[in-house]
Amino acid sequence: MAEITFNDIIKPENLAYKRSKLMTDNVMHYCPGCGHGTAHQVLAEVLEEENLQERTVGITPVGCSVLMYNYIDVDFQEAAHGRAPALATAVKRLMPEKFVFTYQGDGDLAAIGTAETIHTCNRGENILIIFINNGIYGMTGGQMAPTTLPGMKSSTSPYGRDVSMMGSPIKMADIVAMLPGTCYVTRHSVNTAGGVRKFKRALKKAVQYQNENRGTCFIEVVSNCPSGWKMTPVESNKWLEENMFPYYPLGDIKVPAE
Amino acid sequence: MAKIKGAVVVDRERCKGCEVCVVTCPTETLALATEVNSKGYHYSYAANPDACIGCANCAVVCPDGVITVYKVKVG
Ligand SMILES: Cc1ncc(C[n+]2csc(CCOP(=O)(O)OP(=O)(O)O)c2C)c(N)n1
Ligand code: SF4
Ligand code: SF4
Ligand code: SF4
Ligand SMILES: [Mg+2]
Repeated sequence: MAEITFNDIIKPENLAYKRSKLMTDNVMHYCPGCGHGTAHQVLAEVLEEENLQERTVGITPVGCSVLMYNYIDVDFQEAAHGRAPALATAVKRLMPEKFVFTYQGDGDLAAIGTAETIHTCNRGENILIIFINNGIYGMTGGQMAPTTLPGMKSSTSPYGRDVSMMGSPIKMADIVAMLPGTCYVTRHSVNTAGGVRKFKRALKKAVQYQNENRGTCFIEVVSNCPSGWKMTPVESNKWLEENMFPYYPLGDIKVPAE
Repeated sequence: MAKIKGAVVVDRERCKGCEVCVVTCPTETLALATEVNSKGYHYSYAANPDACIGCANCAVVCPDGVITVYKVKVG
């Protein structure tokens, strides 16, 4: 048989992977290698595969992902800093037929919006919260966040986080898992292909649980911020695995009874 | 024995040269180019195209969704 050429392979019938049709053509403003982009791609794939384009309302945060509505072609509403869960509560209560998610960074969800996060989860609002934890305030220049690791340097902890003064990093997923209102709490990553595929399965479960009115789903993505961490993207992913994962272990924290 | 042959198409202009795909590829198919795109990024390309098995690992970790993957069974 004649040797198969590149042009023989790249035919539509041989397509194995292409980015979701729900991703717009806009070039994302994220820094090279930033996990926000990867998380967006996976979310768009799930919304497309679950036929949710017409039925979704996303709530965007304040933080690097503030412009997310430019990248995924579904309806969005922008919330004030940290208030995404409150806005999501209103949207879901007024339009219970919608699939409603928030997408929030750690400064947004675990600092300024702590009250909204906890009370929304405690009320068991039937929404999905996607929490991108990169241990830093990425957008504003890499300041320390409540999630910054002990000893981790940031622009406001140049000698490393001192837990005797700043307290220990807060594990929001573990906290909300204790509340009866949450039905599914799980921690993921998007820096490897295996991690991406697991995150995708978790998102699909969250869609199912919201369809079944089971309560709040909370999916954390432990992610990188190469610019704020002052590393190359590849170095940041290694640092993530060696330092963030031990403190924020991946896996399910709470799963609903079948 | 049936063998899988893959091929990747990288949208060079949208690539940000982050190298995440390069280190993810199990077959060392990809590398960053010495040339840059119009934004100044050393874009990713298939330096060793015959090695590609079409697993799509590179494409799913690409934050910018710039890699399209194809694969065929041969033999
Ligand atoms: C009420 C208010 N306070 C402070 C800010 C400044 N601010 C903008 S983004 C941000 C933190 C974002 O960090 P995070 O949520 O972790 O998102 P990331 O950029 O890391 O993804 C802050 C403090 C603001 N925009 N509004
Ligand atoms: S500052 Fe950090 S979180 Fe923000 S886009 Fe850049 S790498 Fe991503
Ligand atoms: S992961 Fe995507 S953006 Fe990064 S180098 Fe590879 S193709 Fe380019
Ligand atoms: S499809 Fe798999 S083998 Fe081919 S370049 Fe991508 S990661 Fe490498
Ligand atoms: Mg952050």
